[in-house]
Amino acid sequence: MSVTEIATKKVTCAADLERVRAESSLRASVETVSVAVCTSTGCGAKGAERVFAALEEALRGLPAEAREVTLKRTGCHGFCERGPIVVVQPGDIFYQNVREEDVPEIVRETVLNGRVVESLLYEDSETGRRCVSSTEIPFYRKQRRIVLEHHGLIDPTSIDDYIAVGGYRGLTKALTEMTPEQVIAEVELSGLRGRGGGGFPTGRKWRSCAQAAGELRYVICNGDEGDPGAFMDRSIMEANPYGVIEGMTIGAYAIGASEAFIYVRNEYPLAVVRLQQAIENAREWGLLGENILGTGFSLDIRINRGGGAFVCGESTALMASLQGEPGEPRAKYVHTVESGLHGRPTCLNNVETWVNVPTIVTRGGEWFASIGTERSKGTKVFSLVGNVCNTGLVEVPMGMTLREIVYDIGGGVPEGKALKAVQTGGPSGGCIPEKLLDSPVDFDQLSELGSMMGSGGLIVMDEDTCMVNVARYFVDFLREESCGKCTACREGVAQMSHILNRICAGEGREGDVELLLDLCEIAEEAALCALGTTVPNPVRSTIKHFGEEYDEHIRKKHCSAGQCRGLFEYRIVADTCTGCGLCRKACPQDAISGERKKPHVIDQAKCVQCGACLEVCSFSAIAKV
Amino acid sequence: MGTKTDRRDYRATVRAVAEAYGRDPGFIIPMLQDLQTDLGYVPPEAAKEMAELLHVPLTQIYSVATFYKSFSLVPRGKHIITICMGTVCYLKGGREISALIQSRLGVGPGNTTADRLFTYQPVNCLGACALAPVMVIDDQYFDKVKLGHVPDILETYAKKDERDRDRD
Repeated sequence: MSVTEIATKKVTCAADLERVRAESSLRASVETVSVAVCTSTGCGAKGAERVFAALEEALRGLPAEAREVTLKRTGCHGFCERGPIVVVQPGDIFYQNVREEDVPEIVRETVLNGRVVESLLYEDSETGRRCVSSTEIPFYRKQRRIVLEHHGLIDPTSIDDYIAVGGYRGLTKALTEMTPEQVIAEVELSGLRGRGGGGFPTGRKWRSCAQAAGELRYVICNGDEGDPGAFMDRSIMEANPYGVIEGMTIGAYAIGASEAFIYVRNEYPLAVVRLQQAIENAREWGLLGENILGTGFSLDIRINRGGGAFVCGESTALMASLQGEPGEPRAKYVHTVESGLHGRPTCLNNVETWVNVPTIVTRGGEWFASIGTERSKGTKVFSLVGNVCNTGLVEVPMGMTLREIVYDIGGGVPEGKALKAVQTGGPSGGCIPEKLLDSPVDFDQLSELGSMMGSGGLIVMDEDTCMVNVARYFVDFLREESCGKCTACREGVAQMSHILNRICAGEGREGDVELLLDLCEIAEEAALCALGTTVPNPVRSTIKHFGEEYDEHIRKKHCSAGQCRGLFEYRIVADTCTGCGLCRKACPQDAISGERKKPHVIDQAKCVQCGACLEVCSFSAIAKV
Repeated sequence: MGTKTDRRDYRATVRAVAEAYGRDPGFIIPMLQDLQTDLGYVPPEAAKEMAELLHVPLTQIYSVATFYKSFSLVPRGKHIITICMGTVCYLKGGREISALIQSRLGVGPGNTTADRLFTYQPVNCLGACALAPVMVIDDQYFDKVKLGHVPDILETYAKKDERDRDRD
């Protein structure tokens, strides 16, 4: 039976769904070979669609008697550093850095003859061993994948695939075996806390919303992932859109909502396409819309694209935006669970929170609560990025130490450099110094360290990072994104930005640090929403742990990391310069001179510190001093 | 060109967009998004037309169109150059690349070159940190961009445009 034949059938009861599942799983087991190409944003940017097209053509050219081969697109495997990624079954063969040119070999060797192409496997740099399956790769070994479980396995455009791996089991169970009250109790038991940053207990939020007065209620999925350096939610929406929808449907049943919205960031076009398609398919299948699974429960979900405003990640601002207004937050004397969108009870959760829901319902709250730490249950997906060898998405149980995440999973800092800090929580988070890396990661521990969980960005910074510049970057970011409604944020953050920019330009004064700390206190006390009240985190954490760098900038007018323009110089090391002339040609200012094969020099008066010379020099002869 | 002509030009487009959302002012954001997709930007005359159709004050349309960064009230270039200014891209050289592009094109953030070929648009984060620093021109991603690559990439687009014009 082909997928289209099934697709025309509406699933009208739980038994129907189980039959479809059995058929889909049966088909999967009969298929001898399947080739899955990750075509999410990361792999896509590296040419995954070209690889897919080449595979499609090569497979079409196979003789008819060749075994049946399924080719499919999948979502993100998380190991974006090594994309494009192609996985061949059977054998779970994990090919990385695949290019179009590799396709004939994959087809000839693996698809037709079941042999592994060694050169495309991941090589464990420690042991030198080639890893066939992803489970052998150190990056994956320490992870525990619940949220990301199906990423890279299922075709995000196929509801059939999702059902085959157990999708919609949670919804079936909730609708046919549980009362809304029981669903809420299960989520409470699980200890799930909001993955968007605040860490508010999800079950408690649902209960308040279900108990709030009013006929009409709304459910919202916050997909306005704005933290720079965080892309968990994008990956989830792209790779597992049905998981998000199923979670929301269960939530809507629990709190008694019949309308739901997904608010997706404007910069995530693929996520919008995938979610839209998933909603249409689910509706066609009778898993969304009127009378879901014949239980009488109805729900419709709509997608709204954001307009490109960071503050819309804040719940009240997001709701204002959904009402067609500028995304300005309001004071939360009255909670949104009582009066949210259009003044009605509204339950808003983040993408990752919603995806956890079907698993919690299927496997039970107790099971979920057995993972993690005392007050932070389950796993957390982090986007591990920055100066780290294995960039990508990782999912670990709450309570793993930062050191394990950065070194065991991330492979440490490239080029043998020293780690200076790990930044978590986006612009509202703080910088955690190397000496505190053994702290376990959970909501409360990170707050104690002066940072926060945030949505899960984890940015590794090496020794060449200037922490004053980092603070300036985040404060500038927040100044730019401040909606301007409250004075503490609009004026206070602008002042902080002004001072930090002065310090980075070599115009810092005595007392600047104290002034920054005063402004932090005011923002924390007086700002209207979390965008303003968390501004202190990047400033205080860098002052606390890297105070000597502020001193160096303010008193010595020097930036030893070589990042603040004007506070260092590019110089050519005469002993190592071979006089090849590459830097001379690359310099846009004609600031470099010298005879061939003789050491060159930089005219500091002409140099604009663009760094082009450093980039082209192959002899490490350009130094920042 | 007179104002009246402009409004007549946009009338059909604005009407179609507004009708698609039942002329409900709650949908101003998606309406403006659709309008921008169709017209490339939100022309002031189209905004006026929309205000009349929805029976809302023009300030309401403007407050939305100016609050959100994705809307442009002026025509944009043929190619949109997006530079990711997320933390990782910034630390890995995005700042220098941004400065280089601005100096080569002679435009600031959000602005368009005089020949309307390029619009330069920095964004907060594209969520593609494994590719840092990232630059996107229209739909084409350029990963791990180096300063040295930038002139060639810009040149390719400029030349392609020249060829297109010659063909016309």
